[in-house]
Amino acid sequence: MVEQAAQAAQMLVHGEAWTIKDLFVLPNEYVYWSIQIVLYPYMTGLVAGAFVLSSLYHVFGVEKLKEIARFALVFSFALLPVAMLPLLLHLQQPLRGIHVMVTPHFTSAISAFGIVFMTYAVIVASEIWFVYRKFIIESIHRLENKQRTGIDGLLLLIYRIISLGATDLSPAAIRADHKATKILAGIGIPVACFLHGYAGFIFGSVKANALWMTPLMPVIFIMSAVVSGIALCLICYAIFMWLRRWALPRGKNFFLPDQLAGTMNLNESDLREMQEHETTLTAKYLRIFMILAITLELLDIIFRGYTAVKSWDILRQVIYEHDFVKIFVLQYGIGNALPFILLLLPGLTTRRACVASVLVLFGVFMMRWNVVIGGQAFSLTFDGFMEYALPIIPHDIETFKEGLGGMLLVFSAPFVIFYFLNMIFPAFYNSDDEAH
Amino acid sequence: MKRREFMKSAAVFVSGVAVSISALELLDPQEVLAKNPDLRWGFLVDTYKCVGCGMCVKACKIENDIPLEANVTRTWVERYVMTKQGEVLKDSPDGAQHGYTSKLIDQNASGMKKVADEDITQAFFVPKLCNHCELAACVQVCPVGATYSTADGVVLVDRKWCIGCGYCIMGCPYGVRFFHPVEHTADKCTLCYHRISKGGDTACAQACPFGARKLGNLRDPNDPVAKIILTQRVGVLRPEYGTKPQCYYIGLNEEVR
Repeated sequence: MVEQAAQAAQMLVHGEAWTIKDLFVLPNEYVYWSIQIVLYPYMTGLVAGAFVLSSLYHVFGVEKLKEIARFALVFSFALLPVAMLPLLLHLQQPLRGIHVMVTPHFTSAISAFGIVFMTYAVIVASEIWFVYRKFIIESIHRLENKQRTGIDGLLLLIYRIISLGATDLSPAAIRADHKATKILAGIGIPVACFLHGYAGFIFGSVKANALWMTPLMPVIFIMSAVVSGIALCLICYAIFMWLRRWALPRGKNFFLPDQLAGTMNLNESDLREMQEHETTLTAKYLRIFMILAITLELLDIIFRGYTAVKSWDILRQVIYEHDFVKIFVLQYGIGNALPFILLLLPGLTTRRACVASVLVLFGVFMMRWNVVIGGQAFSLTFDGFMEYALPIIPHDIETFKEGLGGMLLVFSAPFVIFYFLNMIFPAFYNSDDEAH
Repeated sequence: MKRREFMKSAAVFVSGVAVSISALELLDPQEVLAKNPDLRWGFLVDTYKCVGCGMCVKACKIENDIPLEANVTRTWVERYVMTKQGEVLKDSPDGAQHGYTSKLIDQNASGMKKVADEDITQAFFVPKLCNHCELAACVQVCPVGATYSTADGVVLVDRKWCIGCGYCIMGCPYGVRFFHPVEHTADKCTLCYHRISKGGDTACAQACPFGARKLGNLRDPNDPVAKIILTQRVGVLRPEYGTKPQCYYIGLNEEVR
C-alpha cells in the first residue's frame, strides 16, 4: 500500500501537483507554466524599468534624477542575472539551458533570448564601466597607498582587473567616458524595451492561447515594465536612504566604502533633502507611465469584449467570474487605482510615494499572474477551467521550485547580488563630476 | 615562412576547407534519401466506429513506455453526451484508458454528472492523437530545434536535446503534448515511428477492434486511407489555427474541438 502510494506520487506528472481541473479539460492539460514564468516577465520588467529610469538622466538629461539614476543603473545590473533565474528554475532539464544559446532555432520566439539578453547585459556592463571608470582608477590609487586588509587586497585585485588597464584620467579621457555613457544609455533604451517587449512577444505569439494572443502584449509588457522598474527603484532608493540616515548619526556609513565617507561631507538634513527630492520627482514619472500602462490594458479588455470572437465566451467567464477578484480588485483596484490616487493627492511625501510604489509593484505582479496563470485558467477546448494552487509547503524539489519557496528565492536574489555589487560599484557614491 | 605568409595561407586553407565541408553538408546523402516525395503519413479516425473501449490508449501507453498510472497520454478518447436541454457534456477520465464502463460523466472538481437516458439526444466517442500538422506550431516554437518534422510528415521530439521549457506544450492547440513523467522532456505521439518505418502499423490502430483508427500514405492515391479522404466528407480539428493538421475525421461535428 505504501509502495503503491509512493509509486503513484512518483508518477505525478509535471503540473499535476498544483492544478485543479473543473468540467472538461483535456487529459494532458495542466498549469505547466506556473509561478516561475510569472516571475520571469516580472523580473525582466524590473530590469528594463530600472534601466529606463537611469537613462532618463543619462540620455534625456533630466538633471534632477542624477542621484537615483546611478542607483538604478547598478540595481538594474544586480537584477539582470535574476531575470534568467526563473527560466532556469522552470526548465525540466536545467542543465541543457545552454542549448538555447548554442543551437538556437530561429523560428522560435524564445531562441532569441540568448542574443537579446547577452546584448543587454553587455550594454549595461559597459555603461557601468564607463560611469565608474574614474572611480575605479581612483580606488586603485587609494587602495595602493594604504595599509591593506584582506578585503582591501581582494578589492584592489578586482579593481585592477576590471579597470582593463585604462588608467587615463585626463580631461579628454573623462569626456570620452561621458560620451560613451550617453551613447550606451541611448542604445540601451531600445534594447531594454526589446528585451521586455520580446518577453511579451513570447506570450502574445502563442496562437493556441486565446488570452495571450494579441499584438498589444509586447507594448503592454513594456509599459508595465517601466512602471514596476521605477516603483522598485523608488522604494529601494528610499529605504536605503532611510538606512543611511539612520546610520549617519551613529557614525556609520551604509552602502559606501568607509574610506569614501570622509570625502563626501554628508549630514542628515542633506540626505533627507536628497531623498525627498529624488523620490517625489521619480513619482512624477511613475504616474506618466502608469497612465500609459492602464490605458493599454483596458483597451485590450474592451476590444476583446467588443469584438467578442468565439473565445470571448470562456474569456469572459475567466475575467469576470473566476479571476474577478484577482483582476479587478487586486490588480486594477489595489494595484492601479489606489496608488494612482495616492500619487495624485497634493503634498506627496517620500513615505506616501513608497506606499504607492509597493502597491504598484503588487499590481504589476498581479498583472503578470493574471496573464500567465489566467492564460492557463481555461481548457483549449473552451469547455473547462484550471486553477493554480501555489504550493506553500514543498514536499519535493518541484513543488519548491514552482511554489512559494522558489518565489522567495527569486525575490531575494537581486538584493543579495546588489549587496556585493555595491561593494565594488557604490551606488550612492556622489562624485562631484558634472556628468554621469 | 614569414608570419604574414603563414597567416595568409592559413586563412586560405581554413576557408577552402570550410566551403568544401559545407558543400558536403548541403548534399547530405541521408537527407536526400529520406526526402521521399511518395510518402506522407496521415491518419484517419472514423468516429462512427469508436465505442470508447480504450484499447488504443492502453496499447499506446504500453508500446511507448508511458506509465499507465501517469495522468498523461499520447492518445485518448473523449465522450460527448448531448441533452434535450441543449447541454453538451464531455469527459475523458484517465484518457479513457480503462474504457467507458459507467454512465456517470466525470466533470472533475464539479463531480460526477448523471444524465437520464431519455434526456440524451446523441452521444458518441472521439479518439484524439497528435495531428502531425503540416505547419506544426510546436515545431515553430521549439527554441532549440528538439521538435522537428520528418520528411515523411511525422512530428517527433529529440529527448536528448529537449530542454523542457514547455513552450511546445503551450503552443499546441490540440493539447497532445505533455512532460514525460520519467524522462522529464516534452512528449507526444510519434505515430509509432519505430513501427511504421519498418512496415508495421501504429499500436493504437492495431489494437482497435473496430477499425476506427487507420494509418495511411496520403501521397498514394491507391492507399485506402487516402482514398477515403479524397472521396468522402472528412474534417480536421480546429483548422482556424492554420497548422494544417493531417489527422482526418469522419463524422466530426461542431462540438468537437
